[in-house]
Amino acid sequence: MSEFTIDELVRLMRICAGETEGIDLDGDITDIPFDELGYDSLALLEVFNRVKHEFGAEIPEEMVGELKTPRMALTAVRDALAATAG
Amino acid sequence: MSGGAQDQRPVVTGLGVVAPNGVGVKEFWAATLDGRSGIDWIRRFDASGYPVRIGGEVLDFVPKEHIPSRLLPQTDRMTQHALTAAGWALQDAGADPATLDEYEMGVVTASSAGGFEFGQRELQKLWGQGAEFVSAYQSFAWFYAVNTGQISIRHGMRGHSSVLVTEQAGGLDAVAHGRRLLRRGAVRFMVTGGFDASLCPWGLVAQIPHTHLSRRDDPERGYLPFDADACGYVAGEGGAILILEDRHAARRRGAGQEYGEVAGYAATFDPPPGSVRGPALARAIRGALDDAGMNPGEIDVVFADASGVPELDAVEAAAIAEVFGPRSVPVTAPKTMTGRLYSGGAALDAATALLAMRDGVIPATTGTTNVASGYDIDLVIGQARETPVRAALVVARGCGGFNSALVLRHTD
Repeated sequence: MSEFTIDELVRLMRICAGETEGIDLDGDITDIPFDELGYDSLALLEVFNRVKHEFGAEIPEEMVGELKTPRMALTAVRDALAATAG
Repeated sequence: MSGGAQDQRPVVTGLGVVAPNGVGVKEFWAATLDGRSGIDWIRRFDASGYPVRIGGEVLDFVPKEHIPSRLLPQTDRMTQHALTAAGWALQDAGADPATLDEYEMGVVTASSAGGFEFGQRELQKLWGQGAEFVSAYQSFAWFYAVNTGQISIRHGMRGHSSVLVTEQAGGLDAVAHGRRLLRRGAVRFMVTGGFDASLCPWGLVAQIPHTHLSRRDDPERGYLPFDADACGYVAGEGGAILILEDRHAARRRGAGQEYGEVAGYAATFDPPPGSVRGPALARAIRGALDDAGMNPGEIDVVFADASGVPELDAVEAAAIAEVFGPRSVPVTAPKTMTGRLYSGGAALDAATALLAMRDGVIPATTGTTNVASGYDIDLVIGQARETPVRAALVVARGCGGFNSALVLRHTD
């Protein structure tokens, strides 16, 4: 399993919930809160559902709300993957 | 009465249309005057195994050309149509919601089926792949009120918003509720109308048991309201959005045009089947005329509900003849070119009536050639009829006993 990168996250964000006009997801968004990027809790549920199907990393629903930025999401997914591998 | 009070009449200042025979007001109106129908064999899916194989599909609509990508994964087709038409109607009205008081703008739409195709897709995932594959957006995308909600969110309209569910009468009931809210002073600017789009396998099988759907395998002869050969109706998708404002506020903000005034409205409910009391349709029509303070002779055209089910056609023809006198007012049903659009149908008829008033022309009822004997109505068939239209009556009936009538009047 390749590492879960920001590019993968952005790809899934686009598929699951589209893009907000005026926001460049290809720019450096790592530390921009999801709500500023235009992704609400439902959008993130969709994204993490997809992460689970594609990468096998399960983020509990109650934890999704705590992941405020893409960086936090990446860390959580990598941790979950590491736990699975371990 | 002072001029100021007169100015508070609720007027329609903008229209947006998505219909099987035209996407956008201009396309739709041109097709409607030309008699071009959007009813055809169902193409979006293979309907060959169903007893109903014809429909009024909106095929010239590419969602990503009209809807931001952010909204595509969370919207059913009916919502994509409604959002697009709302945007066009606002543009037509020359209104920029960002410059208006957010609490003085409201949204009332009608809905009949909700987001059926979205729901079908998620059910397929539920049973085909598993519960964890169901979209989180299913939580609202199927819902009756979703068109109202998405329009209100997209345009920042935080005044009264609601949804009305009265089957095919809904389009008129929504416009009338918008008018009621304007008159109460609760809002100054209303987005009203209705949209449905349940032409998908699950949507179709839900409608078939009702038996009113035409099973005739001929798009040209499938929906013939008031004809001796009438055989039920064809289902379509789409609808219309109407912007409704109090006239004073519309003029103050410099609205581009006034299509007309919503002058009168009434709704009645039929007695249960087997009752000794007769249908309540004529009472709705009289009620709307009374509400407008008008005589039948002042109405220049009636846009009929035009069920296409012979018994219901007979009720409507009798009600019109009873109120207006035999063959005393032109009657038309341009929905013969779209099919019946559920909550979108009457909203589209109201929009069509306003366009008829603007251009002084009554679009024809297509398909129907041979009006059944005993129907004492002057049905406009063959081709559009040029004549001044100062006031129009729109009639709509919803399955289960809903009757609604709306009077639209020129404001000059």
